[in-house]
Amino acid sequence: MSLSRRKFLGWIGAAGMTAAAGRKASAATTHHFEGYPDSMAVLHDITLCIGCRRCEDACNVVNELPAPEKPFTDLSVLENQRRTTAKTYTVVNQKPGNGGRPVFFKNQCNHCLEPACASACFVKAFTKTKEGAVVYDASVCVGCRYCMIACPFEIPTYEYDSAFTPRIMKCTMCHPRVIEGKLPGCVESCPTESLVFGKRDDLLKIARQRITRRPDQYVDHIYGEREMGGTSWLYLSNVPFETIGMRMDLGVTPAPELTAGALGAVPMVVGLWPVLLTGIYAMSKRKEKIAAEEKAQALAAALADADEQAAAKMDAAMEKAKQEKTAAVEKAVKEALEADAKARAEAAAPPEAPDKEDTDA
Amino acid sequence: MSEDAATMGKPIFSPFNIVAGAILLVGGILTILRFTQGLDAVTNLSDYNPWGIWIGFDLLVGVALAAGGFVTSAAVYIFGMKRYHAAVRPAILTGFLGYALVVLALHYDVGRPWRLPYPFIMQRGTTSLLFEVAACVALYLTVLFIEFSPAALEWLGLKRARNIVVKLTLLLTIFGVVLSTLHQSSLGALFLIAPSKLHPLWYTPYLPIYFFVTAVIAGLSMVIFESTLSHRFFSHKMDAAHLAEKDTVPLGFGKAAAFVLAGYFIIKVIGISAGNNWHYLATGYGAWYLVELLGFVALPAFLYAVGVRDKNVTLIRWTAAWTVLGIVVNRFNICLVAFNWHLPASERYFPHWMEIGISVFIVTLGIVIYRFIVTRMPVLYEHPDYDTH
Repeated sequence: MSLSRRKFLGWIGAAGMTAAAGRKASAATTHHFEGYPDSMAVLHDITLCIGCRRCEDACNVVNELPAPEKPFTDLSVLENQRRTTAKTYTVVNQKPGNGGRPVFFKNQCNHCLEPACASACFVKAFTKTKEGAVVYDASVCVGCRYCMIACPFEIPTYEYDSAFTPRIMKCTMCHPRVIEGKLPGCVESCPTESLVFGKRDDLLKIARQRITRRPDQYVDHIYGEREMGGTSWLYLSNVPFETIGMRMDLGVTPAPELTAGALGAVPMVVGLWPVLLTGIYAMSKRKEKIAAEEKAQALAAALADADEQAAAKMDAAMEKAKQEKTAAVEKAVKEALEADAKARAEAAAPPEAPDKEDTDA
Repeated sequence: MSEDAATMGKPIFSPFNIVAGAILLVGGILTILRFTQGLDAVTNLSDYNPWGIWIGFDLLVGVALAAGGFVTSAAVYIFGMKRYHAAVRPAILTGFLGYALVVLALHYDVGRPWRLPYPFIMQRGTTSLLFEVAACVALYLTVLFIEFSPAALEWLGLKRARNIVVKLTLLLTIFGVVLSTLHQSSLGALFLIAPSKLHPLWYTPYLPIYFFVTAVIAGLSMVIFESTLSHRFFSHKMDAAHLAEKDTVPLGFGKAAAFVLAGYFIIKVIGISAGNNWHYLATGYGAWYLVELLGFVALPAFLYAVGVRDKNVTLIRWTAAWTVLGIVVNRFNICLVAFNWHLPASERYFPHWMEIGISVFIVTLGIVIYRFIVTRMPVLYEHPDYDTH
């Protein structure tokens, strides 16, 4: 059972063309997911943290993680900023706080109400449980690491050193323990109640009460109440959250909404593109056909025209030849007559000549 | 190796064969290292930087540069630009090889490559843009394979099968354009989920549209670029139709690229305005953004236009190479340079030489296979027994 509200359209068409649409209730609607009812959460009151690292120790034990280089009792590791790794689900860091007193704060998966990792995973390896934890199933994970790209808190880590069975590693909020009715390891081990486990709704009330009662002690913000749509870890602090590396610029939009628009466009492209493209094809085909027809017509016309012209030319030439022939005959006759006349004139007496000729003719 | 046979009658130890052979040998060793020792042994990937150049270059750049197949086949078969017909087969071939190599590269990148079919057969993560990318790339690779198969079938002399496939051309082309639109844009949409990690100048809700438009630019430029190389190295394999298009393809595709680049420039400026990110232009990242926008978008748009106006094919060819480089810059910026910009320098990623080695290996593999195919199959010439129209 995964994110109940994020139902997506499944397979479209026999071609296997898959298309996913955004959540049914898109960002444009007024619907708003506030988490599973009665889901559990942890409130981390940073002002109460003493940096003892017992939570790290407990986490290491209950999750059967490899032993660290330096023991958990060695507080010198706090001198460097650390992050979660494939061997550590949670780390405590320290920063200078008000009046030079150090502030200690714990970092682990925040178990978002609408997790970016779960939304990004293409094999649904992540599940937001109704108890509150975001859990990971290594048995289907391909190892694309898109969840690590997607997570705004930079929590998931990867077993890069494993050649055959690398896994994403991250805090499970001790989900197996929680469903057994136990506390998460870190919460159980915390000596100062800096970590409190309970229903998210109750913890939000407690957090608000603390801020109201001690406005001088707390920054007026419950980190995780609305960040990225809300998380199942909530934080109270006496120093601005930015100063201890907790980003205040993440916004309140749940990660799935960031990609809902792009996913929603898929069915539109699948539906409209073939129509548009076939239309363009039909138009170019028709244009081609018309062009071919016009060409044929023009050719025929040109041929007919040429025939006509040729015939006319031929007629003219024939006529001309005829005329020329007649003229030539006449000319030849005339020349012959002239030559004859001349010869006779030379032979006979000039005055008699014409009469004689007439008689002969 | 295959290239030996491809140059029958020529010396086996030609410079090309020696260089390619050396790269393939090193690549083979790196491959063994990768699959026996894990990602840690050959990459600089970390928990902050889960994606390196195998995603930035092999996947993002690879898919963009393989867009020539759908751009060319759409131009010829859908838009009816028959005069570029001779350019279709080489473009389909490079598209097919490009996608095949992208899929090969992903086997190196993901932790458990033998599970790559899991998103389809185990659980479908339809909320993920990566699922859309995976589904479309898998389907489009199949489409490209079928689109290319007539060349192979002609070579093998399987006339009937070839004629059946040729009848599917229009259907396959439309399917290819739909799939390309989807996954080219989805590669950009992958980053929509991480607004807190990508620099605001590069992060915009328009990322999917930018990726699609740049894919068209990349496709057009790659066809020019490839035809330049083919005319140089394989002109003896070409028939009259291919030789004749030596100038018509750069002129036509260059003109289209000039227009698309100009449009892309405009929507990029709209993107800055929509996000009201002008003030970032005065920062170091802003300067680099301007290099990308002015140097790799505005400049090639202008140079393409000048080249087409003056019928200066040499200028167009150089511009195509420059534009291809610009696509590499753009994808690197989004995936690597502007991604995780908020982290201190000590946590930033720079590729291990072995990561680069694998990428070079995969590109070389592509060139060798391309060479193997064009020296045998009717790609750069029409098979005398068939009318390809």
